[in-house]
Amino acid sequence: MRNYIIKRILISFVILIFVTLVIYALVRCMPGSYVETMAIQLSSAPGAKPYDEWLAQLNAAYGLDKPFLIGWASWLGQFFTGNFGDSWRYTVPVIDKFKEVIGVSFIMGALQLVLELIIAVPLGILAATKQYSRLDYGISAAALTGISLPSFFFASVLKLIFAVKLGWFDTHGLVGRNFMQLSSLGQIGDMAMHLVLPMITLVILSIGGLMRFTRTNMLEVMNADYIRTARAKGISERKVIYHHAFRNTLIPLVTMVGGSLPSLFSGALITETLFSIPGIGFTSYTAMLAGDIPFTMFYLTFLAILTLAGNLIADILYAVVDPRVRLS
Amino acid sequence: MSEEKKNNLSTSPAESQEEYSLNDDRRVKVLSPGRLVAQRFFRNRLAIMGLVMLIVMFVFSFVGGWITPYGQDEQFSVYTSMWKEYVGVTRNDAVRYQAADGQEFGSLVQAKFVLAKNNNDTQFTYKDIDYTLVDEGGDLYSIYTGDTLVAMAYKDIVNTTDGMPELSFAVKYAAMKAMVNGEHSFTADGASYTLDADHNILLNGEEMGYISRFVVQSKVPGVTITRDFKEALEKALDADQDDFFYNDGTEDGNHEYRIRYDATANVWSVEQETSTYVYDSYAAPSMAHPLGIDKSGMDVLTRLMYGGRVSLVIGFIVVIIETVLGVIMGGISGYFGGWVDNLIMRIVDVFYCIPSTPLMIILGAAMDNMKVDPQIRMLYLMLLLGFLGWPGVARMVRGQILSLREQEFMTATEATGIRVSRRIFRHLVPNVMPQLIVTSTMGLGSVILTEAVLSFLGLGVKFPFASWGNIISGVNDSFVMANYWFIWIPAGICLVITVLGFNFVGDGLRDAFDPKMKR
Repeated sequence: MRNYIIKRILISFVILIFVTLVIYALVRCMPGSYVETMAIQLSSAPGAKPYDEWLAQLNAAYGLDKPFLIGWASWLGQFFTGNFGDSWRYTVPVIDKFKEVIGVSFIMGALQLVLELIIAVPLGILAATKQYSRLDYGISAAALTGISLPSFFFASVLKLIFAVKLGWFDTHGLVGRNFMQLSSLGQIGDMAMHLVLPMITLVILSIGGLMRFTRTNMLEVMNADYIRTARAKGISERKVIYHHAFRNTLIPLVTMVGGSLPSLFSGALITETLFSIPGIGFTSYTAMLAGDIPFTMFYLTFLAILTLAGNLIADILYAVVDPRVRLS
Repeated sequence: MSEEKKNNLSTSPAESQEEYSLNDDRRVKVLSPGRLVAQRFFRNRLAIMGLVMLIVMFVFSFVGGWITPYGQDEQFSVYTSMWKEYVGVTRNDAVRYQAADGQEFGSLVQAKFVLAKNNNDTQFTYKDIDYTLVDEGGDLYSIYTGDTLVAMAYKDIVNTTDGMPELSFAVKYAAMKAMVNGEHSFTADGASYTLDADHNILLNGEEMGYISRFVVQSKVPGVTITRDFKEALEKALDADQDDFFYNDGTEDGNHEYRIRYDATANVWSVEQETSTYVYDSYAAPSMAHPLGIDKSGMDVLTRLMYGGRVSLVIGFIVVIIETVLGVIMGGISGYFGGWVDNLIMRIVDVFYCIPSTPLMIILGAAMDNMKVDPQIRMLYLMLLLGFLGWPGVARMVRGQILSLREQEFMTATEATGIRVSRRIFRHLVPNVMPQLIVTSTMGLGSVILTEAVLSFLGLGVKFPFASWGNIISGVNDSFVMANYWFIWIPAGICLVITVLGFNFVGDGLRDAFDPKMKR
């Protein structure tokens, strides 16, 4: 087990290095980048140096004049020694900006996961136990609808109904206009109010997947021999489902939920942007459009690490939860 | 669905009027595996619904664009009447000065004059010169030094008639004096002028100028205000009218004018009703345009049809690219195993870790900056999405092939000496077909969604071309979101129906292909 984990971590490490290479190549290819925009600005000042000279000077200052591979290597070296550089767009160290915005994203992610589990798992079980009933069709159709909804459209509809027509919520932002005048409890309430619509968007769009996952696995378990045995013994259907079947469904469920734990930190790029919630997603989106290389590199690498960590956790949990599985 | 069921059931009783023996083959209806799958598929209500939804959307997009009377980027314009500010009128309440020919009357003397006037003095001194001021009545003052007239101060303004030579100081002074005294004729510069009741200054019956307290300024570049218009305007102002009509004599010169008075600035602004030819932006739904007209004057329904074409075609091409790549890579990886498998799977891992949405956003922004032609851009978009999507397919194909290649029929192919490529693509891959069909169908839905997200953010399909995503992006303008539902809601509904259709059908296929399913 320990050897397996060490081996996996080492492989993940190698994969990560290649991922950063690909990401760095793409980010460096970005034309019309931050540096060029800045050079245009600086050279248009009265009596300034011509554009080309500014561009050369800025490229040198930001280390962009070096060949691509050397730039990547030095970035990688800096990254692994914990120096993530300074954000160009936000003019603070990347890590400071990251610490500032990650909280909201994490809270949203955690809330989403909890709500998802509370809603999706029971519905999934219900659908599986009443397979091909009207209820099952209804739940399956609802789940597929949730998966099929485009987040931006759904968010806009929510905004139109609840923010514009009914006026219950604000359309944008995390805090209201009178945030500073509120008591600390009121401030929390204000932020919670602003998170309602984004959370509805996130949860509705994501419960479908978990619901179907639960249903499929539950159905598989329900077809197993030991369920037939349990029924044959005359155990009540309730006990069969929640004691024998559901516990076995938990194996893939725990694995999946465990694997998705790291993604709590990844932020919801589209939803945050639509609602202008200052989380990691919206912040990175702004940075990407501004051509902020250090922040973009950091965010993309961070996402890659989260994916790798998620896969690793899922594999390990699989072995931990199911004693029949032995990792080698 | 029920019809299908009936067909299957009814075949045997209909034919079999005579009795069959128990072991007669004709008693049993034999179905091929394909027929079985189809039967299972058509019994699934959701799958049928999905199929109907897809057919509707395909007809809408591909046939609709052909039926609609409008073109994809045909713009509609309309004449609208707009109130445009035409002239501004101020009533002159400030004292103006004019020095006599050869005299000076600077601003400091003017200030002294105002002081004297306000104190009702008749004398004032500036720089050792004594000035006498004579109130002529009617806000006209004459200023003398000794016996020479230096300047006049006035509020009524003498204007020169269009095309006439500028009136001299003497004429102006005499005219104004005549006006305040209520006289109808005066002489100046050796000529005798007449002043009629409308305060027009006439010389030998010809109008040279006129006196008026209103200053009229044109607000429209290149338009000179005629005397006629001014008179009509003054009449309306005197009568305290809110609007008046005026015809400037040309063919379509008849306009309505609206007068608004701004008390704080003491200005009347006169607005002219003009008709302008503009894009019929955000026109509400009507018979000719069932879903209205969008911001750039195009028919929304037609845009939706063409947008559907783009979204569906992109979806299909992307899925084809990723399936082909995935099958080749996954097939090779699964068949050969060993280091080949290891290498390909590590590449797959790398692709899995690259966050695709941020990546597409970066590339989209880059293409924005390079000003890539929208058509070529669409091609890049398809290639990129396809290139990012293959690892999922490859992983699935590999997993299936790993177990399939251990089966007896593979040993048979090896024994008969069939080529490796043929073994992979003719014997192994067809066995993965069911799963491939399911993932491709579901994949179509998600690719269409991804494309829509990118187009929505303005990074996918670009303006002259329509796509459902970029039609919905009108909602980014919060005014459109709140007031013009017909611009963006229908596109969203089309998108949801299509993706839902693919997901329902994909789900139905998955169930139908699964031999373990009970029905």
